Amino acid sequence: MNLLLFLIIIPFVTMAGIVLVKELKHVRLISAIGMSAQLVFSFVLLYLFYQQRSAGNADQMLFMSTTVWYEAFNIQLKFGVDGISVAMILLTSIITFAGVFVSWQVEYLRKEFFISLILLASGVFGFFISLDLFTMFLFYELAVIPMYLLIGIWGTGPKEYSAMKLTLMLMGGSAVLMVGLLGIYFNSAPEGGKLTFDLMEIAKNGIPVSAQLFFFPFVFIGFGVLGALFPFHTWSPDGHASAPTAVSMLHAGVLMKLGGYGCFRVAMYLMPDGSHAWAWVFIILTSVSVVYGAFGAILQKDLKYINAYSSVSHCGLVLFALLMMNETATTGAFLQMISHGLMTALFFALIGMIYGRTHTRMINEMGGLMKVMPFLSVMYVMAGLASLGLPGLSGFVAEMTVFVGAFQHADVFHRVATFLVTSSIVITAVYILRVIGTLLLGPVKNDHFLELKDAKWFEKVGGVTLLVSIVVIGVAPLWLSNLLKETLSSLFLTFSY
Amino acid sequence: MNWDTIYIMRHEVLLTLLILHQLIGDLAETVDRRRHVFITVLLFAAFTVVGWLPSRPSLLFGSMYISDDLRSLLKNILSVSALIILLQSTTWLNNPLHQKKAGAFYLLIFSTLMGMFFMISAGDFLMLYLGLELATIPLTLLAAFDKDFRKSAEAGVKLLMSSAVSSAVLLFGISMIYGVYGTLHFSEIAGAYNESPLMILGLVFFLSGLAFKISLVPFHLWTADVYEGAPLAVTTYFSVVSKGAAVFTLMLVLYQVFRSQPEIWSSVLYFLAIATMLVGNLFALRQKNMKRFLAFSSITQAGFMMLGFLNAGTIGMTTIVYFMLIYGLSNLAVFGVLSIIMNGTDKEGMDDLNGLYATNPGLSLIMLVSLFSLAGIPPVAGFFGKFFLFTAAASAGMYWLVFFAVINATISLYYYLLVVKAMFINKNETPIARLTSTFYEKLALTLCLVGVLVIGFASPVFEYIRSVM
Repeated sequence: MNLLLFLIIIPFVTMAGIVLVKELKHVRLISAIGMSAQLVFSFVLLYLFYQQRSAGNADQMLFMSTTVWYEAFNIQLKFGVDGISVAMILLTSIITFAGVFVSWQVEYLRKEFFISLILLASGVFGFFISLDLFTMFLFYELAVIPMYLLIGIWGTGPKEYSAMKLTLMLMGGSAVLMVGLLGIYFNSAPEGGKLTFDLMEIAKNGIPVSAQLFFFPFVFIGFGVLGALFPFHTWSPDGHASAPTAVSMLHAGVLMKLGGYGCFRVAMYLMPDGSHAWAWVFIILTSVSVVYGAFGAILQKDLKYINAYSSVSHCGLVLFALLMMNETATTGAFLQMISHGLMTALFFALIGMIYGRTHTRMINEMGGLMKVMPFLSVMYVMAGLASLGLPGLSGFVAEMTVFVGAFQHADVFHRVATFLVTSSIVITAVYILRVIGTLLLGPVKNDHFLELKDAKWFEKVGGVTLLVSIVVIGVAPLWLSNLLKETLSSLFLTFSY
Repeated sequence: MNWDTIYIMRHEVLLTLLILHQLIGDLAETVDRRRHVFITVLLFAAFTVVGWLPSRPSLLFGSMYISDDLRSLLKNILSVSALIILLQSTTWLNNPLHQKKAGAFYLLIFSTLMGMFFMISAGDFLMLYLGLELATIPLTLLAAFDKDFRKSAEAGVKLLMSSAVSSAVLLFGISMIYGVYGTLHFSEIAGAYNESPLMILGLVFFLSGLAFKISLVPFHLWTADVYEGAPLAVTTYFSVVSKGAAVFTLMLVLYQVFRSQPEIWSSVLYFLAIATMLVGNLFALRQKNMKRFLAFSSITQAGFMMLGFLNAGTIGMTTIVYFMLIYGLSNLAVFGVLSIIMNGTDKEGMDDLNGLYATNPGLSLIMLVSLFSLAGIPPVAGFFGKFFLFTAAASAGMYWLVFFAVINATISLYYYLLVVKAMFINKNETPIARLTSTFYEKLALTLCLVGVLVIGFASPVFEYIRSVM
């Protein structure tokens, strides 16, 4: 059996365990054991990946397996990983693990909550290891749909509206995506021969330029909706704000990354000519995403909305960096995906913890929290500093690599766009520092805040896992950027300016 | 008629025996009605199993009757669906109010099924027309089965009138086709080629007649009223078996008789598909009654099915049958849950489902899975069915139609989610109390659920359908 299948089997075994267990209090324990196993397995995978590479295995994808599934359409169950996928799998495992601990206190329909959460994660894992467009699409939708229930049932505020909006917009995006994928499929054998959904086979055969020009926007927009591409980002703030804590973490931390990953792996890699032709349009849109998202965050008063708009901005930066189409910027894009995934998950976790205690998310109703909740406050400061790109934390490495890559373009258009996008650093600093100042510093605004308790053990486990990851990447980024670069160098042999 | 012929026509022959059994059973006034229901279901289950015996390809009665693997499979799909409906309707029929009419119910169901089998096995237009009439007239009676209930009587009359019109239109079309080709035999028409205006008109009339049965817009106007008025078991039968038979017949006629002229019928179906998806969706959005909701949902699904027709190859046919199988099982599951609810509470409003998960988690989950299947959400079978249909249409180069269809699939997701929202998210102080289901109902739901969960992943099902094309 293929090693990678464990990434799908472990979540499903965990879900089966949750279904079978009688005592409700054991549900979270089983979830924690399952997701810990998944995290350990991801590290084992990373180790084995390094081992294979150092042993001289230069195959594009490792741990591959292929099984014919639907012969009529040449659909295969094809799995494999390269440096990028391994990094994304690790990110997903860390955030899911932290998410389970952060959700420790979920009382209402606990079994259903953890099943939906883990089902979502299993869709994401499946997506990252799939090398067949059909299977990839299947896992993509599998990851999206539990969101409806997670937000609708366990969410807060206008949760029904947000859940419906999010689901319909994402499914609308996947509708557009599906047309693009079918377009790729029917142009996958330009020299004749068998049509295929096989990602690597398609990349090898190439797609006719006319088809690339037509279908590229379908695929890029399709995935871009999930990556909060302007103007299709509106589901994101509402969805994030209404989602329960762990779901916001998984959604902003992992699910939105499917968008960026898909844009690169499917749209750009399979249709390089299409990418070059359409890049200017999407560079404009992503530049707007970055700047608009940052300004949007400044205007918000609700902590979750601030973070949601900030996610629009940061994910916009991911797509922007990908569209620069050079190795450095693309490495930066993936670093940014991972960095943003970790810090936004931490942010959402902390916001959930703060809300659970203060029962408010409005920043002007809070103040002086540092005095009563030092542990949570320090973590919040660290997440904030990572978000504004402080050296020594993951955000700096990511943003720096993106901007260095983007400035490698000498033409006016790219330079202007990069200049505009760079301005988001300053805007981000404004809203992050404002939030930290208002929320954590100054006098304690409300007397009942004085009775609040700091983080509990399970909250610490979730938060510290994420914070340690942010610091490790910030202090020692080379292992990660080398892991990404190793894959990207080989991809850029066939795909670059 | 020898044993070989009986074997070839086993579906029809056994069904005749079942009909005779009902007639005799009804004559015996003293018969235990509950036992009668049990025996009938058991006999029909045996009949369904026998139907899966290997078929023997042959032509009977001067090619008026065709038997082959494909037709056998289509009949079997209808039989399985009918069996599930019989299982679901046992509680309703065991109710003292309807107990006396159980024999009549089975008699009518079997008669209409017989008509559908003849439609599928037809080798010429005459046989097809006879089958169609045999299928339609008992259906009208079934719609009016609760004759004391005003809406049911109304449904019967509405169906009678619209069926009569559609039948006349269809017959008119057949007569034009006969006028052009001078024959009613499928094989002779398939061998000739004619593009005269009369032929096109005849084909359009013929298509319109069948479009009535499938509820394609604009021939759908009877659907919601009849679905709402008819007893639930009959509505289920309309939505799955009757529609399935009409779709299969249309497929066989277009692919096998008019296969050399796809440009004529595909352009008609192209616009019918667009109109059906859009109108079905727009009306489904506004429904508050579950039966009417499912009527419009089934209209939309019929629009999706048309996408398979636009691929005039084997893959098109395969996807249609595959989709119909999945659609049938998903719909049967939804109706199964609804039937348990209606038997227990007599409620059929969407709002009545509010908070259902709190009291009936099992039923709610089955409904959830089935609605996701209808919406085409992975990992359930509906996703595979819809994806393959869209792939079939895209392979004919119809990307814009596929685009339109997937947008409609997203719209349809909205109203399926409304039901999910009612069950799982909406709060209700007095939700439907905990309902108990009988063994028959559980069996029916299990069959549907296993089908919906397994068929997508089990590619041999698709490959088997493809192999008999």
